[in-house]
Amino acid sequence: MSDTAVPPKMKVSDKAIIEISHLDKWFDDFHVLKDINLTVNEGERIVIAGPSGSGKSTLIRCINHLETHDAGSIVVDGIELSDDLKKIDSVRREVGMVFQQFNLFPHMTVLENCTLAPVWVRKMPEHEARDLAMKYLERVQIPEQAHKYPGQLSGGQQQRVAIARALCMNPRVMLFDEPTSALDPEMIKEVLDVMVELAKEGMTMLCVTHEMGFAREVANRVVFMDGGEIVETADPETFFNHPKNERTKTFLSQILAH
Amino acid sequence: MTDMASQIQKPREPLSIGRGITWLRKNLFSSWFNTALTLLSLYVIWLVVPPLIDFAIIDAVWTGASREACLGPDAGACWPFVWANIDQFLYGRYPSSEVWRVYVVFALGAIGLVPALIPAAPAKRFNLIFLLVAYPVIAVTLLAGGRPGLPAVDTSYWGGLLVTLVVAVTGIVISLPLGIVLALGRRSSMPAIRLVSIVFIEFWRGVPLVTVLFMASVMLPLFLPEGVSLDNLLRCLVGVALFASAYMAEVVRGGLQAIPRGQYEAARAGGLSYWQAMGLVVLPQALRHVIPGIVNTFIGLFKDTTLVLIVGIFDLLGQVRSQLSDPNWSVPQGAITGYLFAALVFWVFCFGMARYSAYMERRLNAGSRR
Repeated sequence: MSDTAVPPKMKVSDKAIIEISHLDKWFDDFHVLKDINLTVNEGERIVIAGPSGSGKSTLIRCINHLETHDAGSIVVDGIELSDDLKKIDSVRREVGMVFQQFNLFPHMTVLENCTLAPVWVRKMPEHEARDLAMKYLERVQIPEQAHKYPGQLSGGQQQRVAIARALCMNPRVMLFDEPTSALDPEMIKEVLDVMVELAKEGMTMLCVTHEMGFAREVANRVVFMDGGEIVETADPETFFNHPKNERTKTFLSQILAH
Repeated sequence: MTDMASQIQKPREPLSIGRGITWLRKNLFSSWFNTALTLLSLYVIWLVVPPLIDFAIIDAVWTGASREACLGPDAGACWPFVWANIDQFLYGRYPSSEVWRVYVVFALGAIGLVPALIPAAPAKRFNLIFLLVAYPVIAVTLLAGGRPGLPAVDTSYWGGLLVTLVVAVTGIVISLPLGIVLALGRRSSMPAIRLVSIVFIEFWRGVPLVTVLFMASVMLPLFLPEGVSLDNLLRCLVGVALFASAYMAEVVRGGLQAIPRGQYEAARAGGLSYWQAMGLVVLPQALRHVIPGIVNTFIGLFKDTTLVLIVGIFDLLGQVRSQLSDPNWSVPQGAITGYLFAALVFWVFCFGMARYSAYMERRLNAGSRR
């Protein structure tokens, strides 16, 4: 993909929105993140790849403080994450997250899932939140399911609702934690399509995924992690065609072999 | 699509004797073992039910002014004993000139409770505020009195069903929220809060209720500074409520454990605070899972209120027992009649709670199908 093919909105600004420096984290004795340094600029689409257990999910879960870090710093939109609950909450308002297991609230309708956070966190009036939710449900192409419960939807539909739910908070960054790993193969595309659209509209995205086709098409940078370290960072063209590190080569040969 | 399929019902066969026989054969006499069980059950029913009906209804004495009416050779239950003492059974030794206050409290409770239990009834919020905030204040003011126009009635005069309901309702209303807080505390990531919750729960669960009541009634006054006295009934109320909270906490914790961690994480990731995530996302699901356990605890608590008898408070059962020594009604079958009456009243309340819980479960399950 050459630079000219990038739609104008997908241009990356030079303003950093996430700055991670010298991040370390342990699970008891297990050093899960080792001296991670990563700066994400506004408008970037970063795919984080790597074998399982390499710390990819843990890294993006640190960004909205679902996991605490033990050393180093994370600054999101100028706010440094610490144990200060107010700061954590203000970071979470700016960062949307989509989970592998969707994590929709099964006791609420699709619409209620989407309006919950805007109403309680942004103090948005109920009708306004509903209009907003419908707008995003249309964007992920399931407005007709608004009054159903999550249990009545397919996996792909649920994940699209989860994306709409995160978008309802008007986040400045979206985190995707293996959004298609729990889906049946025929449903992966409908979710990826929504994510591609989102990227084209200029959303800053960090995406842990094994979908290398998505990485090639959408990412402007691919970050390869292994054993808790960032092994290699490169644009997709270089990453897939001329990987430098041995570990990257091994990984790519394993996942692209078939 | 599965919803559609379940809505299409199998056409019903017309009722007929043939169908009845088929049903019997299929369900009661399908094998020699089932046939034996059916016959054994019929025998047990025949042993128990007819004599009970004979005693309680057919041979029972329904009217009469004194014990003489119940002294016939084959006389069954002596119901006039219950009619004659119904005032004591309802409110103990509450002064008869002030009894209207008890009836007003009962009536207001029913007026508040019935619409609150019907999901379709209007003004739920107002209704619940009345029931949970205004009603307790009104009830205590009316029952205890001590205000102009309302002479004070010491709780030692309270008794019967009034005491049973006061203890049970207080226990139920306090134990649910306190139990939820304790259950959350026990799962807290903060060690101090977790420790306090565990110690509290395990202490109250480890002590028999009888001991709790004795401690509240006999030991506690010894520890209180001189001049400070707490009402005996109030002390028992606190004891029962804390005791029930510990059980409730463990029931609620069971429900919390059934909710995947992702639910909480998704709520927090959306920006909700801890209490919002718990109150709006986790608890509504967790409590729904444990409705049977919660109601089970309520029913247990309702029946445990009879234990206040041992510290000299006369609940319904205690009042029945004390009226048994009334020489005007000393008849051989008096005790059985009295206990039968008490059992019936307790059964009505407990069965009502059980049915309502079953109804709520069905209703909530219909809401969110997984």
